[in-house]
Amino acid sequence: MSKPLTVWDLPKDEFLAPGHRMCQGCAAAITIRHILKAAGKDVIVVMPTCCGEITSTVYPQTAWRVPWIHVAFENAAAVASGVSAAIEALKRKGEIPEEKDIKVIAIGGDGGTFDIGFQALSGTLERGDNVLYVCYDNEAYMNTGIQRSGATPLGAWTTTTPVGKVWRGEWRPKKRKDLIAIAIAHNVPYAATANPAFPVDLYTKVKKALSIKGPKLIHVLSTCVPGWRIEPEKAVEIAKLAVLTGMWINYEYENGVYRVTTPVPKRKPVSVYLRLQGRFRHLTDEDIKKIQELVDADVERINKLVGKQVIGPVES
Amino acid sequence: MGKVLPLGGNYAVAYAVKACKPDVITAYPISPQTTIVERLSEFVANGELDAEFLHVESEHSALSVAIGAAAAGARTYSATCSQGLALMNELLYIMSHVRLPMVLTIVARALSAPINIWNDHSDFMSVIDSGWIMMMSASNQEAYDEIMLAYRIAEDPRVLLPVITSMDGYIQSHVVEPVEVVDDEDVISFAPKRKSWVTLDPDKPVTMGAVGDPNWYFEFQRQLWEAMKESRAVFDEAVAEFSKKFGRDYSAIETYKLDDAEVAIVGMGSFMGTIKAYVDRARKNGVKVGTLRVKLYRPFPSEDIVRALSNVKLVGVMDRALVPGSPTGGFLHSDVACAVRQAGLDVKTLGYIAGLGGKLLTMDNVKQMVDILLKYKDVKEVPKEPFFIGVRE
Ligand SMILES: Cc1ncc(C[n+]2csc(CCOP(=O)(O)OP(=O)(O)O)c2C)c(N)n1
Ligand code: SF4
Ligand SMILES: [Mg+2]
Repeated sequence: MSKPLTVWDLPKDEFLAPGHRMCQGCAAAITIRHILKAAGKDVIVVMPTCCGEITSTVYPQTAWRVPWIHVAFENAAAVASGVSAAIEALKRKGEIPEEKDIKVIAIGGDGGTFDIGFQALSGTLERGDNVLYVCYDNEAYMNTGIQRSGATPLGAWTTTTPVGKVWRGEWRPKKRKDLIAIAIAHNVPYAATANPAFPVDLYTKVKKALSIKGPKLIHVLSTCVPGWRIEPEKAVEIAKLAVLTGMWINYEYENGVYRVTTPVPKRKPVSVYLRLQGRFRHLTDEDIKKIQELVDADVERINKLVGKQVIGPVES
Repeated sequence: MGKVLPLGGNYAVAYAVKACKPDVITAYPISPQTTIVERLSEFVANGELDAEFLHVESEHSALSVAIGAAAAGARTYSATCSQGLALMNELLYIMSHVRLPMVLTIVARALSAPINIWNDHSDFMSVIDSGWIMMMSASNQEAYDEIMLAYRIAEDPRVLLPVITSMDGYIQSHVVEPVEVVDDEDVISFAPKRKSWVTLDPDKPVTMGAVGDPNWYFEFQRQLWEAMKESRAVFDEAVAEFSKKFGRDYSAIETYKLDDAEVAIVGMGSFMGTIKAYVDRARKNGVKVGTLRVKLYRPFPSEDIVRALSNVKLVGVMDRALVPGSPTGGFLHSDVACAVRQAGLDVKTLGYIAGLGGKLLTMDNVKQMVDILLKYKDVKEVPKEPFFIGVRE
């Protein structure tokens, strides 16, 4: 068996230039950097309207050293399908050399994926277009100032789920919709979750996804400094705690088989993750217990999917 | 060269599109557009046309796919109307302002509500500020010809704007007329694909659709104004070459019996045929009436219109889309009135709203329109409110 990759083995190329305007500690920036390291130079990136788009391309500057296009908020998947179709047609007609392997990656926020871009995403996945779709999920509409999205977790404060006498943050009393299950329901060959605190895992998944023809989806947790009310230097630590608590599970699905890529034999309680974030500051012990129950149920579900206990019980 | 075939407008357009060899076609079904893309599907299915055909889940995605495909260097085609065009609205502006060429056919149909699948121009008129070059035909031959003109103009490096071609739903789209279908080689030699625009190319990376802050946004708009203006000269070159090559004329406007006319009716699309027929009848009775049909709507052919109307006393402008609360009730009237005023002409205008939601225009309706002109031609003040022709009051 070959030696496992480390961050030192990743390509030194930087296709996302420094000087982009994402916040210090923004996990979207880390995610994009590693996606591009995996993709290499022969890639076309499509982004919907979102934090990552707005910060990186303020004319006449751009942080992108690869071809890149933004069109609107709800259509990144469809634009990517168009790019992919063009490459297909132009190769057939000899306008693009047959041997040139140009990858097409759409990178969108949770709003552009779970909510307003959901229909276009479904179209791309359903048709089988040769596109890798990556959702960096900071669990709210950050670009417009931290409003609730369909990915906002139970209890989270946002500017549209504020904490007051009546409201106590997001109140959806269950796990948010399962993007990976939705992708799989479209019969995609590959779907995975990833996390910026595990860049080698993220890199490996993007590489693998890009080696498969057809629609692929990767869902990445994306810590957000102002949106989560956290310190910039804690962004990666908190992302890591998401995995160590089972709030986030790194796994992949490939042609019918599920595999957890970051096993967690002993989980930490969710409180250690929640208590570091200002957006959960108002939660009572009772609220946290409810969230712990949701996570326990999800861990059990994933363990069932992979057929063994890869995510263990909460350590006491 | 070529042959004359009996074709409905939609099939005529499909033949022209096929001959222009688009790389990517994408559309969503909506009556009365659907048979265009059905026909194109058959061409691709039979191997007669080598194109990627994307069955999208909405018109919003259709135009999104088109933008992505054009940005990656593809010659692209789509067709829609009415609610489909309304759903594309956001992206129409983006496509033109990112300066990507493509051709989109509108098979004109009323906008909801009430939901109505029949013909008027409310969809077409709802996008006249979107930065697309826009043409409206009145015969299936014109609908066919517009496609090759459109590709040629859109991809001209002096223009780089998307183009809307248009025809009246059902009245043209589903009515068979003789159409001269040119040999495919002649079409493509008239409108060869030009790689004139910036594309997404890993060997020459560019950023498209960047943020334009207050320091830059206005400048982008200014450039679009210039490109649109420039497109008129390119249009003129294209139609001149077109008539040399195919022996058919296409022009920004069509005039009929205007030379000695005292009054004139201005309008667009297939209704103008009925109006011409009535003009012939009225002329026999000594009424000096003529017509002017606007074919190129954006850029608006103000000079052509002014030249043609300069000796007329009173012009009645027929709009087939209502703009509630506007000064004239119709965009065409507003544009014609503005052109006349800008030129300092002493020509009065009044407006008609007609044929909304598929209400047909009868000879009696046209008689009423001409009678109104005759009543007011020597009156100083003409009514500002539009006349609603053929409506039950
Ligand atoms: C049609 C449309 N509606 C609303 C907006 C405003 N808008 C732009 S980005 C955005 C939120 C983006 O949220 P998300 O996709 O989660 O990305 P993030 O900014 O959080 O990274 C919103 C609401 C828009 N640009 N277009
Ligand atoms: S607001 Fe959040 S997502 Fe946006 S740049 Fe800052 S950290 Fe990144
Ligand atoms: Mg977000």
